[in-house]
Amino acid sequence: MKNISIEELKEKAIEMRQTAVTMIHKAQSGHPGGSLSAADIMTALYFKEMNIDPKNPNYEDRDRFVLSKGHVCPIQYSALALLGYVPYETIYTLREYGSPFQGHPDMKKCPGIDISTGSLGQGLSCGVGMAIAGKRDKKDYRVFSLVGDGECQEGQIWEAAQTAVKYQLDNLVVFVDNNRLQIDGFCDEIMPLQDVEKKFEAFGFETKRINGHSMEDIVETLDEIRELKNGKPKCIVLDTVKGKGVSYMEDIADWHGVAPNDEEYQQAMEELAGGLK
Amino acid sequence: MSILEKTLTTKKATREAFGDEIVKLGKENKDIYVIDVDIAKSCKTSTFIKELPHQHINVGIAEQNAAGLAAGLATTGKIPFVSTYAVFGSLRMAEQIRQEVCYPNLNVKIACSHGGLTPANDGGSHQAIEDMGVLRSFPNMTVIMGADYQSTRKLVEQAAKINGPVYLRFTRDKVPMLYDETEEFTIGKAKKLKDGKDIAIIANGDTVHLALEATKELEKQGVSVKLLDMHTIKPIDREAVVECLELGRIITVEDHNILNGLGSAVSEVVAEEGKGKVKRIGVQDQFGQSAPYEKLLELNGITVENIVRTANAML
Repeated sequence: MKNISIEELKEKAIEMRQTAVTMIHKAQSGHPGGSLSAADIMTALYFKEMNIDPKNPNYEDRDRFVLSKGHVCPIQYSALALLGYVPYETIYTLREYGSPFQGHPDMKKCPGIDISTGSLGQGLSCGVGMAIAGKRDKKDYRVFSLVGDGECQEGQIWEAAQTAVKYQLDNLVVFVDNNRLQIDGFCDEIMPLQDVEKKFEAFGFETKRINGHSMEDIVETLDEIRELKNGKPKCIVLDTVKGKGVSYMEDIADWHGVAPNDEEYQQAMEELAGGLK
Repeated sequence: MSILEKTLTTKKATREAFGDEIVKLGKENKDIYVIDVDIAKSCKTSTFIKELPHQHINVGIAEQNAAGLAAGLATTGKIPFVSTYAVFGSLRMAEQIRQEVCYPNLNVKIACSHGGLTPANDGGSHQAIEDMGVLRSFPNMTVIMGADYQSTRKLVEQAAKINGPVYLRFTRDKVPMLYDETEEFTIGKAKKLKDGKDIAIIANGDTVHLALEATKELEKQGVSVKLLDMHTIKPIDREAVVECLELGRIITVEDHNILNGLGSAVSEVVAEEGKGKVKRIGVQDQFGQSAPYEKLLELNGITVENIVRTANAML
């Protein structure tokens, strides 16, 4: 964990959002909606919470991060670029031939990626494997995984969840980016998830539901669960807004996987510069 | 003593070989893990569970999760063996193997009992006839089926030493023990059982002993047979296949669909080399059913008689 104030984190979150939108604009391809809904938790994890070392990305005792909803990698790439895992200019190569910033996270091409993801529903299982290894090896590292609410329609998420409970993985924290939208529209219309917090709770997780765009709430929650060794995996449901911070993207499913044009990009950068309202 | 002179009296299922070898490996290396999906008993990992509980995980009836979990373990330096039946290990978790094991080229082994028609009375739903073909098409994957107990033990041991994904296929039912403990096997290198001048027979898995019997019969008839145990179908031993091409005639024998398995792998090499003829004996692109194992083989022409007949027709 690093010492950084909430105000500084909010500033970082602005940079994170601007970097993600910039790379998607340059590539004219990528997923802005989910990148923006996940921006605040990603900022808190990468700039404060996780024990990681950009100079030594594979050190054995590091905390692990699994982006189960791999398509929102632009926001993860923003963190990696801002922290110096790769040169900052790498952001202008998103989805280009030879880039470490592949369309979906590729652990073999990009330092700082702990597992390749991209096919929904699968990453959490990998996180469970890492967390079991940590327990068996008596390591102190923790495993953080971000899953989408739409992604929870995949049955494998629940296979992984029951395994996390069976093996008492209190070193595993699952964040649900509950932005209520998926490609085809509102999750509630496509396939209602019901109360995702209650679902994880029923599986045996320690759960909490917070405003995923309140840095205060995020930091407070991370503080609360840091030393909580109660034999239960944690699930934090983050109520978020898809496209958060860019007015014309907010709550619009069509911004799931579309890049802004030049004019839209300018507007997005200006709006983001002011921070979240 | 040449393998052709041996009388094959003892039989053992090759899933037993996995069960025995994995305990030995697990004791030697604490990073060896077994992940079960509820069918530990029939996959023969019970001893491992008893003796090495700290290296064992049972995820219940959840194969997809098992494959992903194994990938996560592998990122921390573990060498996980996911143990299940071939139908599930190849198909139920196919995408997870593709995405989380093969794509990042992680050190995960998929070890499967009930290969081919060997879970005979379980019926067509449980007989994996397409598994090796599916997994052969994933980049970075090695695909192996040993012919008997001893060779399977050696191949499991070697698979643990490869740093990358390996698919291992075992028999549910007993098959004759062909090899002595002293025989050596190299992944990716065909085991030459006999040299010959007229025709080559390339077999793998539970059909090698049938090919061996057919070879004896053909030799009696004055046909000189070259016989290979092609335990690894990916990477295929090109050199060995090319050597067979000098004879111009090859028969492949496998307990797998004739599409995409050993016969296909051999045919690809032959086609690229541009000379020679291949006849494939194997499952005739049809599902199985509940029946005695020998009956199922017979329904697909995977018999000593058919190998002999096919050879004679090619000469």
